[in-house]
Amino acid sequence: METSIIIETLIKMVVVVLIFSALAGFGTYFERRLLGFFHRRLGPNMVGPFGLLQIIADGIKLFTKEDIIPANAVKGIFVFATLVIPVAAFVAFTAIPLYPQFTVFGYTVHPIIIDVNVGLLFVMGVMAVGMYTPLLAGMSSGNKWSLIGAARGVIQLLSFEVITGLSILAPLMMVGSLSLIDINQYQVDSGMWLIVQQPVAFILFTIAGFAEVNRTPFDLTENESEIIAGYHTEYSGMKYGLMAIGEYASMFIVAFLVSIIFLGGYGDASAIVNGEQNGAWGGVFLLLKVAFFFFFFIWTRATWPHIRPDQLMWLCWKVLMPLAVLNIVITGFVMMLNQ
Amino acid sequence: MNIEEFENRNVGTQNYVPVEIPEYPTKNLSIFKQVVLRAIKGELFKGLMITLKELIRFDIHTVQYPMEKLPIGPRYRAVHKLLRLWESGYERCIGCGLCEKICISDCIRMDTKIDEKSRKEVTEYSINLGRCIFCGYCAEVCPELAIVHGPRYETAGEQRAHFVLKDDMLTPMDVLVANGQEEYPGFGALIPGTDSDVVKTPLAY
Repeated sequence: METSIIIETLIKMVVVVLIFSALAGFGTYFERRLLGFFHRRLGPNMVGPFGLLQIIADGIKLFTKEDIIPANAVKGIFVFATLVIPVAAFVAFTAIPLYPQFTVFGYTVHPIIIDVNVGLLFVMGVMAVGMYTPLLAGMSSGNKWSLIGAARGVIQLLSFEVITGLSILAPLMMVGSLSLIDINQYQVDSGMWLIVQQPVAFILFTIAGFAEVNRTPFDLTENESEIIAGYHTEYSGMKYGLMAIGEYASMFIVAFLVSIIFLGGYGDASAIVNGEQNGAWGGVFLLLKVAFFFFFFIWTRATWPHIRPDQLMWLCWKVLMPLAVLNIVITGFVMMLNQ
Repeated sequence: MNIEEFENRNVGTQNYVPVEIPEYPTKNLSIFKQVVLRAIKGELFKGLMITLKELIRFDIHTVQYPMEKLPIGPRYRAVHKLLRLWESGYERCIGCGLCEKICISDCIRMDTKIDEKSRKEVTEYSINLGRCIFCGYCAEVCPELAIVHGPRYETAGEQRAHFVLKDDMLTPMDVLVANGQEEYPGFGALIPGTDSDVVKTPLAY
């Protein structure tokens, strides 16, 4: 392998990790601020202009807090569990095109770390590894609430893994490739977003995405009113911070996946409109779509109540899974008829 | 409202409208129908629109506390104050000791002596805020309206004694001279127009 490729990849990795751990901090700020506005409150507004430096205050707090490991915890696993979700989330970013390719000083940059031909499978598989965080954290904490949170988290993530896989299958049958760049290109070639052809798959995938990142209608793993904070009840300081970074990074992954698979991604990167390369605008639109989904996560959190675990299981196995299978079958028939 | 309305104990026969709650479906098919109906009706999105409207209206109700403070009621019972007489500037407290006596948590401590004009003088007056439950009995029992509850509810300090030693509670002379002493309208104070309400005690039956 050429040295330049190694250096380029390393730089991209560092950039991705830096950007998305910073975005996790900004994510907490925007979440608190927007939730406040939705509830007619102000949210954090004291530290710095518009309260923006609250992120730094939070960071200082997290770093300097006493790091407590409970006496009954299994120490090694307790510490290891914090690493799984951020690592899984950041690894998942390797196969996601974060921006269309652009040229700087005559050097073409592909803002995707590796375009593996099983990109989507890789992303979803690595994201599923993040499930070990609730499982290990809950089981090693030596705390009943953590254990209940872990149990809930694992059944939820396992069940909704099925929905994610099945719902994405129908669009993949049409595209014929697992690479996210190919999926993007397919939407450019067919001239319409996949949401038009696969609305059911879009809805199912979005619902499953909410479940996979433990966002509000399905935030059973860290349900404050019932089980304190679920699996991270016993975590403090930067251990908790790492988990939060992982969760926010997962939110961005889901937002990127939905935007790229169903909402046209960044469009045609090489198109030239009025003598300008259109790709940059496509990238801005992609980021806007991602931002909208991040906003949507917060919006639903401000609005909807969460549901009971048994309702969640019912929804998953009796409603969403049959719908997903039906969607696949119908898509298959339509594709057969069109041939 | 007349007394008859209060005397009516047959609750439920008046203008109450019972909320119509449809029976919860038990069969699988009817449960499914309910879910489909709810999904199509878009109740979830109605909720989303409501919160979005609030976001756009931006009608913030937060009181930004250290900069803005809500008014408190005149009968609010915060840290005590000792008042002075308007005309002479003497302390109102006559050292009768009623507040010390009535205090149910035993937190008022006073010392008195007879001074050279053979007036009773209060040499020491302190309240132990660690015990005080802010019941207001001292203010209510005080015959001279000397000890009252003030509106000062921000009681963060290095020592709780810093709020309730005699010098801290007593209105300073310069404040009194500048008409700064606020007459206490709350607990134990006379209701406006009390004078006209005073009538001779009817002794003759």
